[in-house]
Amino acid sequence: MSLESLYIVLTAGFIAVSCGLVGAFLILRKMAMLGDAISHAVLPGIALAFLISGSRDNLIMLLGAALVGVLTTVLIELLHKKARLQEDASIGVTFTWLFAIGVILISAYTDNVDLDQECVLYGEIAYVPLDLWQLANGTNLGPRPLYVSAGLLLLIVLFVWRGYKGLTISTFNPDYATALGISTALWHFGFMGLVSVTTVVSFESVGAILVVALMVAPPATAYLLTGKLKKMLWLTVLFAFATAGGGYFLAVWLDGSIAGAMATAAGLYFALAFAYTRLQASSRNKPLKATAASPTHGA
Amino acid sequence: MDKFFAFFSFTDPNVRLVTFGTMFLGLSTAAVGSFAFLRKRSLIGDAIAHAILPGIALSFLFFQSKNPFLLMGGALVSGWLAMVSIEYISNKSKLKPDTAIGLVLSVFFGVGILLLTHIQHTGIGNQAGLDQFLFGKAAAIVKQDLYAYGIIAFLLLAVILLLFKEFKLLSFNPDFAQASGLPVQSLRFVLSTITVLAIALGIQSVGVVLMAALIITPSAAARAWTERLSVMMLLAGGIGAFSGLVGSYISFTAPNMPTGPWIVMCLSCIALASLFFSPRRGVLAKLLQQRKNRIKIVSENLLKALYHLQEQSDFQNRHFTEGDILEQRSFSQGDFHTALKKLKKEFWIMPITEKNRFQLSEKGVEEARRVVRLHRIWEMYLTERMRLKADHIHPNAETIEHIITPEIEEQLLEELGYPKKDPHESPIPYKA
Amino acid sequence: MSTEKPALEVHNLTASYQRKPVLWEIDFALPAGKLVGIVGPNGSGKTTLLKNIMGLMQPDGGYVNLFGKKLDEVRQRVSYVPQRESVDWDFPASVLDVVQMGRYRRSNLFKRLSAEDKHVAAEALEKVGMLPYAKRQISQLSGGQQQRVFIARSLAQQADLYLMDEPFVGVDASTEESILTLLSEMKQEGKTVVIVHHDLQTAYDYFDWIVLLNTRLVAAGSKEEVFRSDLLQEAYGGRLTVLSKIGDLISRKDFPIREGEFKEKEGLGDG
Repeated sequence: MSLESLYIVLTAGFIAVSCGLVGAFLILRKMAMLGDAISHAVLPGIALAFLISGSRDNLIMLLGAALVGVLTTVLIELLHKKARLQEDASIGVTFTWLFAIGVILISAYTDNVDLDQECVLYGEIAYVPLDLWQLANGTNLGPRPLYVSAGLLLLIVLFVWRGYKGLTISTFNPDYATALGISTALWHFGFMGLVSVTTVVSFESVGAILVVALMVAPPATAYLLTGKLKKMLWLTVLFAFATAGGGYFLAVWLDGSIAGAMATAAGLYFALAFAYTRLQASSRNKPLKATAASPTHGA
Repeated sequence: MDKFFAFFSFTDPNVRLVTFGTMFLGLSTAAVGSFAFLRKRSLIGDAIAHAILPGIALSFLFFQSKNPFLLMGGALVSGWLAMVSIEYISNKSKLKPDTAIGLVLSVFFGVGILLLTHIQHTGIGNQAGLDQFLFGKAAAIVKQDLYAYGIIAFLLLAVILLLFKEFKLLSFNPDFAQASGLPVQSLRFVLSTITVLAIALGIQSVGVVLMAALIITPSAAARAWTERLSVMMLLAGGIGAFSGLVGSYISFTAPNMPTGPWIVMCLSCIALASLFFSPRRGVLAKLLQQRKNRIKIVSENLLKALYHLQEQSDFQNRHFTEGDILEQRSFSQGDFHTALKKLKKEFWIMPITEKNRFQLSEKGVEEARRVVRLHRIWEMYLTERMRLKADHIHPNAETIEHIITPEIEEQLLEELGYPKKDPHESPIPYKA
Repeated sequence: MSTEKPALEVHNLTASYQRKPVLWEIDFALPAGKLVGIVGPNGSGKTTLLKNIMGLMQPDGGYVNLFGKKLDEVRQRVSYVPQRESVDWDFPASVLDVVQMGRYRRSNLFKRLSAEDKHVAAEALEKVGMLPYAKRQISQLSGGQQQRVFIARSLAQQADLYLMDEPFVGVDASTEESILTLLSEMKQEGKTVVIVHHDLQTAYDYFDWIVLLNTRLVAAGSKEEVFRSDLLQEAYGGRLTVLSKIGDLISRKDFPIREGEFKEKEGLGDG
């Protein structure tokens, strides 16, 4: 494996793990489609920040985009509660509208901006090794996106580690958490902010829609295989790295988009895990039928 | 402006064709989409749209051709597969529907992107134009394709017209449809198939990524204006067609703009405006209603204050100053002026020539007696029927007095047997 | 305990769902140390009442006092058991994980649970007879076991007032038996337990004190006082038509249920 490949796989791995850890809570909160909506809706924020600042990554842009993400959830809530539009339609109307604005902005200023429709759809992770971080004295520190994705991973691991109890209880039983005096609204918006930040950082590498694949597929695969949250998170990390590695080699083999191949690989792992659990379920059911009243599940 | 006329004179046969084609596609997709909307399956529609991409790519890889029927065939197969997968995953595992939808959507799309980039990089056959399925590019559709799509769209609309009643029942009351002996399974199959086909058609104009908008947004807009399904579908179709027109116009004037996002922009603006301005369910109507309530409450409170002032003087004194009123009951400055304006407008009070004095008119006295009467009989109701203690009833009566209609008043009086006094021993003023 | 303030006071509570009133001017007080049943027909607002008491919903009017104080000041002394169906039991957690949530506080949310917290949680599990299942996934439990886990989580809070929403729904006879035993033990220790219960038949046997509800308060008192045929008839004999008509009007016309000035405080009663 060349150094370039290693850079790509590592960056992809960091991003996949970040997305997976956030996604694990996203699917447990039954908000996978809200995550999908946010990943589309941050586009106009990113495009505007590009047009104004002309640069890719700075902290203001990150925070601005995170704010757009949180605003998206607020807008969806408003349409749902105030305009009494059903929830799935509120999500659909909001994210397509914001995404359309984003694409229009990009198309309109396509000459000024180093961002195009293809980048929006499937990112530019293949160019990671070209984007080097050089100090003023010329020292080469390696690819810049590698650092950015490592920073994102650090942020998310910290959040999940420190906020584990709050995230868990506000996900499992929000009413009970409120009764204990824990602010579920604060956790909701904090978490949505995290989803937005993750989306914005990952966007550049894998594009708007494939972010969702990384957020949903690895944790869904892990969730199929275990009933313990901590184990689920560890399995998510495992599948996320496997997604990055497998996706890279699939892309090289087929000469196609790395992000697309990562989503394909993640889907393959899921299909395998799903088939495995189905097989297990059917083999568990057969002997049960034979000994109809097995007393193993008594109270 | 030249371009505007060049476009809307429709002298260019190509413009004519593409525009009417796009409008027709928008119309049929939006009409079919309203069933998905009503069945709360619009996000599944979004997933199907994304899932069509690998079908198109595979069909191209396999047949090395861009024949519209072949591409539609591939689209139909992968769209169907996506829909079945979503249902299978959410029924047969602990994963919830939203996870299943997100998973299928993004993974299928990822496979599509992988195949599409593979085709582009290896340069198989005449692949140019395949990427137009991503964001749509109406102007790029060639004549023969458009005829093919038109035929399919026409068939879809025909099926909907034919099975309208059945689909309607299936959408609003599936249990009843089952019970009344309809072949629910087959109907669902037909509806799903035409939905997948409609989505496959729609992506010609808006592209897979924004397809959800063409399913959901016209219906969301139309729903704000009507309760009737047939009207809603016609409206949704009209909105879809109009947006198609706008999209192809922009595509015509600015060739490097993708059509899809502009169609979606147009759709979204119509939907947001509908949700805001619709007289039945709109936000604006609601705000106006709340304002009306507010005016009613404060003006009736002012009437009551005047009545109480009269009552306290045993109906001797009839002229009061603003100060007297504000002493009787506190009002915010704004409320007080709103209420005064309303009372003057209705001629419930007459200004007296001596400055800042008011007198209730005959009509005003009648109105004030009505409000006080409602307050006091409601207090009776609260103590007699709802077993509330006399010292607990006032706050509730303060609001409910403003909402009791003559019909409810009649019912209350009858139930309570026309009481003379309220629980605080104040007399209940009946109509003179 | 009897010298203490009432465990729960509800003052003129009015609450609505999507602007439609579901509770009208509910007003009662409950003494400490009793088993209390909140009883009424379907849709009579029992769960809504509990949610308003626990601050999960904002009332349109009126207020609630617990031990003479606002909820925020006495949260440690109040525990809530939501309806079993209100959570997704496929959530990846073990029985012990869920019961330990009873020890979560705003103050220790970012810290590890102490050894004492863990001990208290294990004890609570023991009390409901679920300690052998501590490591089991919650998705593998029967309905009765799930209910006992919820009660154990609540016990782990070591509160004085317990509010339980339908703990007897979908549980087997043996669980029902053991919950009842547990409740009487709790009463012995001077705890107050308020239970939302839909079954009139068993209510008399289970509780000392009954709150009879049908969107309005029909009666609140000792079970002997409340179990009178006229009162039961009133609670179960349908809604007051005038009241439902006004409720419809309020939601249709988007009317405020309380004018601003009467939101929190009692009115002056001049009328």
